[in-house]
Order: sequence, then C-alpha cells, then structure tokens
Amino acid sequence: MSAVIEVRDLVKRYRRSKSNAVDGVSFDVEPGTFFALLGPNGAGKTTTISILTTTLTPTTGRVRIAGHDVMREADAVRRHVGIIFQNPSLDMNLTGEENVRFHAVMYGLFPYLPLFRLMPEGYRRRVAELADVVGLGAEVFKPVRKLSGGMRRKLEIIRGLMHRPKILFLDEPTSGLDVASRRNLWQYIRELRQQHELTLCLTTHQLNEAEDADRVCILDHGRVVAHGSTDEVKSQLAQEHLHVDAADREALRRRLRELKLEFTEGAHFVVRLDGRNPYRVVRDLDEPLTMLRTESASLEDAYLRILAGEDA
Amino acid sequence: MRELNVVLALAGRDLTKFVRDPGRLVAAVVFPFFMIFLLGGTLQLNLGRAAGFNFIGFTFTGFLGMTLFQSTASGLTSLMDDRHNDFAQEIFVSPVSRYSIVFGKILGETLVAIAQVLPFIAFAAVLRVPLTPTALLLLAPVALISCFMGGAFGLLLLNTISDTRAANQMFNFVFLPQYFLAGLVSPINVLPWYLEALSLVSPMRYVIDLTRGVVFAGSAEYGRVVLLSPLTNAAVLALMFVVFMVAGTALFVRRETNR
Repeated sequence: MSAVIEVRDLVKRYRRSKSNAVDGVSFDVEPGTFFALLGPNGAGKTTTISILTTTLTPTTGRVRIAGHDVMREADAVRRHVGIIFQNPSLDMNLTGEENVRFHAVMYGLFPYLPLFRLMPEGYRRRVAELADVVGLGAEVFKPVRKLSGGMRRKLEIIRGLMHRPKILFLDEPTSGLDVASRRNLWQYIRELRQQHELTLCLTTHQLNEAEDADRVCILDHGRVVAHGSTDEVKSQLAQEHLHVDAADREALRRRLRELKLEFTEGAHFVVRLDGRNPYRVVRDLDEPLTMLRTESASLEDAYLRILAGEDA
Repeated sequence: MRELNVVLALAGRDLTKFVRDPGRLVAAVVFPFFMIFLLGGTLQLNLGRAAGFNFIGFTFTGFLGMTLFQSTASGLTSLMDDRHNDFAQEIFVSPVSRYSIVFGKILGETLVAIAQVLPFIAFAAVLRVPLTPTALLLLAPVALISCFMGGAFGLLLLNTISDTRAANQMFNFVFLPQYFLAGLVSPINVLPWYLEALSLVSPMRYVIDLTRGVVFAGSAEYGRVVLLSPLTNAAVLALMFVVFMVAGTALFVRRETNR
C-alpha cells in the first residue's frame, strides 16, 4: 500500500533565521493510520504541518500528500486535507455558523447564500449534526467573539470536519476543551476513521491522546529522534515499574538490594523492572507485601526519556 | 461556478462585517461630506466664477472617485489583519485559486466602498451637483472600475508593508500626493513637466477624470473640467488593473507561503 503522506529530507529555514526549523525530516504515513507527531515547543511540529498542508513552502526536500506534490500540485493536496489549526483561525466578526458556511463554500461543498435559512437542507442538517457532536448546539449561531475559548475550539473542529477530508491534520486540537468535550471529540474522530478510512496526523502535548496512535514520530530541534509504531517506541525507551511496600520496610529494602533491583523509595518502593517479568520479581520477594501494583510503560515515559537523552 | 461561489463568499464576508460596524459607515460618509460642503462651498464662492465651472460638482466628483478608489485600496489591508489573527490560514489552505481569493477580497471591498458612497451621492442633489439620470446610471460601472482599480492598487501596496500601522503610514505617503496630482480639488490642466509625469502614473488621476467625464458629459464645462475621454480613461485603468492584479497577486501569494 503506498503512503498517503511521504516526507523526504524535509528542510525549512525561515528567512532571517540562522538555523533550520525543520532539519532533514523523513517519514511515511500509510492510509488509515493514526499518526502522531510529537515534540517539545519549537521542535518543528507546526512548521512540518504547515508545509504538509501547503500554507508554507519548504526550503528543500520532497513532500507528497495523497500522491500529490505539495509544491507543484498544491490545489490537489488541499482538496484531500482538513486541518484544525493550533492557533484559533476564526473570523471574530462573524457568527460561528457563518465561519462554517464560509469554509463549506471555500471547499466547494455548497453554493454561497447570504443567510443560513437560505442554505440547502443538507448544509443545515450537517451543521446541526456536527454542532451536536461537539456539544455546541445552538451556540453555533452566536458571534464568535461572544463564545468561550473552548467553544471556539469546538467550532474549529466542526469546520475542519465539514468537508470530510481524507487526511485530517490536528494541530493541538483539544487545547481549551473540557474533559467531556475532549472525550466526545475523540469518540467522533474514531467513528470517522472507521467509516471513511480517515488518516489522522496529530500533534499534541497531551501524550495520552497519542497513546492510541498507530505510529509516532518524535521531533526535537527540527530532527526526528524516534520513529516507529507506538509499541516499538514504548518498548525501546520506556520502563515498566513495580510499586511495592511491606510492613517491614527495612527487610524489603535489603531484599531488593540482594536481587540487584534498581528502585526509588518514597511513600512506597518503585522498582524498575528493566525487562524482568514482574511475576517472577514478586515471587522472589520474601517479605509479606502490603502493596503491589505494576505500572505499564507509557508513551509519556518514552517521550521524556528520548528528550532527556537528546538534551544530555 | 465553484470559484464564483468562493468570490461571493469572500465578498459577502466583507459586506457582513461592514454592515455590523456602523462606525465605519459614519466615518466614511462624514469626511467627504464635510469636505464637499466646506471645501467645495468655499471654492465655489471664491474661485467658481473665475474658473468658469461648478466647483461643488468638481469637488464632488473628485471626492466620489477618491473615496471609491481609496476605500477599496485601504480595505485590502484587512488581508493583513487576517494574517495576524490567523484567519489567513483558513483561506490559504482552501483548494481555490489564489486569484479568486484576491478578486473576492476586492469585490467585497468594492461593495463596501459603494455602500459608503450611496448616502454621499444622495446628498449631492441637495448641494445642487448637476447629476442627470444618465450620469447616475453611468456612475454604476464607473464605480466598479474605480473600486477594482483601487483594489488592485491596494493589493500591490500590501506587499510592501508588514502591519496595519505601517499600512496607515504608507497609505498616507502614497495617497496624499495623488490628491494633488489627480486634481482632487484643484484643476491640473497645467502642470510643470515633472509633476505632469507623476500625474500620468497616478491611478487616481484616471479614476477621478473618468468620474468627471460621466458627470459633466454634455455640459458646457466639460472641456474645462475633463482631461481625457471616458473611454481613454477606462482603457488606461483596465491596463493598470491587469498589471497590478497579476503582479500584486503573485507577490502576495509568494509572501504568504515563502516565509
């Protein structure tokens, strides 16, 4: 299956900048994949997304989206992608619905008519459906400047999904959303993925949102520092831990040392497993335990270890 | 058809924003009204007889052309506002022709400029400006041409500035000399060669002269007020429009994506 996103040796240096914001980045994304682009502030995530969505030209390198070159076939690329921008990109002088209508017309979904009630039934139904999905309801008809930050984010999400894109770029999509809205949004995006083989390209600081990703690419200082399936990245770089405690803490501490296990001691003992089977470790502990819990490797652990390694 | 809808959506957005901002309407009408009322009135009383033509009509046509031209040109700076508040991303990521985006913006500002001058034209009758029904009809295409020219001119200027403050300074620098070079309130039948050369490359000259050509058509004062025939003015403006549009759009798109 050919990649729906192909990035080869991508370099971007902004005018008047002495260093590359993106410095030789390469990766592929297969159709229908949930791909997460992670990295700290200034890592080059938004610059990469901007190039992939044709709003910024690369300095060198090659990028193909849905088989189209972003430089030579920008219009074809734009037809296939939807984007939820990191910074709010709404017209504050219009109502929420007017912003959505503007988008629908720009993407050729519906003809332009100056009033909502004059728009085709299909448009009105879709606006209502999407407004309900993200919990915006009738608020969608309010002027954007009167909406809260969270509501504006929901509005942008409605707009980004309006034209049912093949590839949806989500640049920090849930910032400003409450927990319930965040959960509703991801539920809806999962349904969309299943129904339409939607490819997701996510950048986020909420690493728990990237846990469901099929593949991750971690950027730092404009370079790829880790790339692969989420499980691969986690197993390579993140640790499983065992949380234990005993009534006789001194005896437990001594036993952990005898077993040459690395641990930290606080309210309880946190033992690094370093690939050991947790059941065998527990079996080898002679002291009766008052607490036992395993902690799986998380993407966040992997992410922090990678970045710590890069900075070292 | 699709690109037409894009143009209409962009234009509709500008008109909607204007209708919701009555302060802009009041400001736009009050300034030229007082200029005609005060400036045209005083010039008519003091110079009208010596000049041998209706100075209020002369000033009215000057301000009408200038308002249409300058309002559209200034309105194009809202593209810069869009860039600053990130709405430009939404526009530029859309799968539409960049020319449609720019033309939609110009059409929107054209509609705003025409809406601004409607009360101004209505008041002209009160000031006894000689406006015949034919002249009123012909003012419609003249207004469109003037606004389109202003839009293309504004687009070209937009590529030389980085923020709204710089835009205001640049616009003062570019428009103020044109008031004199285009004969906004004083005739320019006779100019020294260097001012004549500057006047000939000033788009506002042709906009105002075209407006006067229509309003003064058939009057005894025509030869003293109008410099070139309306067809010549329209042809020069069409040529300037094409050049400014092509160069302005190419520069604008390049600047938006090649940061």
